Amino acid sequence: MKIENRELLNLKAKLVDNLFDKEYLQYVPTRDGYGKGLVEATERDERVVALCADLTESTRTHWFAEKFPERFVQMGVSEQALAVIGSGMANYGKIPFIASYAVFSPGRNNEQIRTNICINNVPVKIVGAHGGVSVGPDGATHQALEDIALMRVLPRMVVVVPCDAFEAQKATVAVAFNGQPSYLRIGREKSPIFTTAETPFEIGRAEIFRDGKDAVIIACGILLYNALSAAEELSKEGIGCMVINSHTVKPLDEKTIIEAAKKCGAVVSVEEHQIAGGLGSAVAECLAKNYPVPQEFIGMRDRFGESGKPEELFEHFGMGVGAVKEAIRKVIKRK
Amino acid sequence: MSIHEEKIKELELKANEIRQSVIEMLVEAGSGHTAGPMGMADIFTALYFHVLNHDPKNPEWPERDRLILSNGHITPVRYAAMAHAGYFPIEELKTLRKLGTRLQGHPERERLPGVETTSGPLGSGLGQACGIAYAARMSAPKGRGFASEGGGDGTRFRVYCIMSDGEQEAGVTWEAALFAGKNKLSNLTGIIDRNNIQIDGMTENIMPIEPLRAKYEAFNWHVLEIDGHNIEEFVDAVEEAKAIYEKPTVIIAHTIPGKGIPEIEFDYKWHGIPPKPEEAKKFLDELRTLKGKIVSEHQ
Repeated sequence: MKIENRELLNLKAKLVDNLFDKEYLQYVPTRDGYGKGLVEATERDERVVALCADLTESTRTHWFAEKFPERFVQMGVSEQALAVIGSGMANYGKIPFIASYAVFSPGRNNEQIRTNICINNVPVKIVGAHGGVSVGPDGATHQALEDIALMRVLPRMVVVVPCDAFEAQKATVAVAFNGQPSYLRIGREKSPIFTTAETPFEIGRAEIFRDGKDAVIIACGILLYNALSAAEELSKEGIGCMVINSHTVKPLDEKTIIEAAKKCGAVVSVEEHQIAGGLGSAVAECLAKNYPVPQEFIGMRDRFGESGKPEELFEHFGMGVGAVKEAIRKVIKRK
Repeated sequence: MSIHEEKIKELELKANEIRQSVIEMLVEAGSGHTAGPMGMADIFTALYFHVLNHDPKNPEWPERDRLILSNGHITPVRYAAMAHAGYFPIEELKTLRKLGTRLQGHPERERLPGVETTSGPLGSGLGQACGIAYAARMSAPKGRGFASEGGGDGTRFRVYCIMSDGEQEAGVTWEAALFAGKNKLSNLTGIIDRNNIQIDGMTENIMPIEPLRAKYEAFNWHVLEIDGHNIEEFVDAVEEAKAIYEKPTVIIAHTIPGKGIPEIEFDYKWHGIPPKPEEAKKFLDELRTLKGKIVSEHQ
C-alpha cells in the first residue's frame, strides 16, 4: 500500500520508512524483543535475575539463561511459586523477571501477585507471554484475553503492552529499572516491526503515531499496526484518523488521550483482549470523567478464542483492519 | 545442653508476658485470632529473645536473620514479641487492627519495620522465604553460595519461615517445598505450628495432612519434631538445623492451640475469635498467677 498522506504521520515518532510495504517490513514476535531486552537489562545491572516456569525457550527467556546461567532460576510448572519466590528475591534486593504464559501468570497466580508483589510492594517484573488470540492454533486455553484487566486493577502495578519487537525490547529495559511491580505483555506470533530505535518510548507516555481530526484510534499491542493500516485506508475516503500508541495501559497517559478526544470528538479503542477491563475500558473511564465522547471498542466480545491462524482469528473475532474501519465510520456517525 | 536452665526460665516468664500482651491486644481490637498466637508464644519468645540474630534498633540491618511469618493471622504474637524486644513501644500494641495503625490485622511489610513480608493468604510464606534464601546464596561470594559449587552455605544470615499446619493443604506450599529441596536451601529453616486445628475444625477431618514428616522427607527436607512449648527442644532443633548441609530443615512443632488458658486449649472455635472483655480479665488473671501450664514443664 502506498502512503498517500505521509505528512499526517508524526515524524517525531520515527516509524519505519516503508510503513505499509509488506515485502519490506521485518516480522518478529514481541517475545523476541523481551528476550533481547532482558539480556540488555542484565548487562547493565547485576541485580537482574530471571525465573521461568518450564517455558524458557517459548518465552524467549532462554537467551538470558544461556548467557547468565547463574542468574537464571528454573521453576518447573509452579506458577504460584514463580510469583512468591520472585517476590522473595525482590525483597532481598534482586530485580526478578518472572516469565510464563499470561494465562498462567498472572492468570493462575493472581492472588500471589496481589498479596506478595503488590501489597508487599516489591519490584517483580511479570512477563505474560502468549497474550491475545494471535497465539493461534493452541486455542482458547492458551490465549490470554483477561490479563490486562487482572493487572490493571492492582494498585502499584504498571502495565505495558508493546506494539512490536523493538518496543518490547525498550519496554523490558524500562520496566527493569522503574522500581515498581510491573506487567509486560508479549505475543507469540511474528508481527511487523514498524517502530525504530529512534521511536520515543517512555513508560506512562502515549505516542501519537499519526495525526487526524475526525476520530482517534487508541491502541496497544500488535493490533496497532492494523490501526495504522485502517487509518491510511480511510484517508482515501476523506476520513482523517489520529492514531495513538498507548503502550502503557497503567498509568494511562490521560493528558494525551483527553487532548485527542477534544480534537477528534470520537474514539475507537483497539486491543487483543476482552473489551471488559482492557485498554478500551481504561480510556472510557478516563474520558467519561474528563471529556465524554462516543467510543467504539475493538476487542474480544465476552467470549473465548479458538484454534486458527492469527490473521484468521483477528478477522473472525472482529479485530481486523476492516472491523477497525467500520468502527471508525460508526463512531463518527455518533458524534 | 545448648541453653542454660536459667535462660530457659527467663524465656518462659517472657513468654507469659507475651501471652498477656496478646490477650490485651485482642480484647482491645475486638477481633482477631486467639488460639494460634497463644500456641506459638513460646516459639516466638525463643526466636526474638534467644535464636534470632537481629537488632531491634536497626531493623533493616542487612545481615539480620529473616523471620518470615507465612500464617499472617497469628501476627499478634509476633507484634507482642517485637514490642517486648524493643522494636516499638509496648503501648502501641493497643492500636492493633485500628485505622491508621502500623499493626495491621494481617502484617504488611511496608507498615512496620522488622516485618519482612506481607502475609495472611495462606501458603505463600515458604516461597518468599525460599526466594530470600536463594537470592542470598546468589549474592554470596563466588563458589560459596551453593553446595553444588562445593562451597556450602556462604550466606551471613538464616531464613526462618513459620507456617501453620492448615496451610500444608495449599498447593503453593508444596511448590516451594520442591524448590527448596531441589536447591538444597540449607540456610532455610521451616517451622510448622502443628496445633491440629484450622478454621473449620480439626485438620485431620478437614483435609488430612499426615504423614507430614514423610511428606517433607520425600521432598528432600531434613525433618525434626518437637514439643513446641519446650523451649529447650526448640533451641536444640534450631541448632541442629544450622548443622545440616545439603538440605533445608523443617521443625514440626507440636503445640496446643490456646496454650496457657485451660478453657480455650485445643478448642478450634478459638481459631478466629478474640476474648470478650470479661473473658480477657479472667484469662489475664490466670496468666498473671501462673495458673496456666507455662512453667510447669520445667519445674
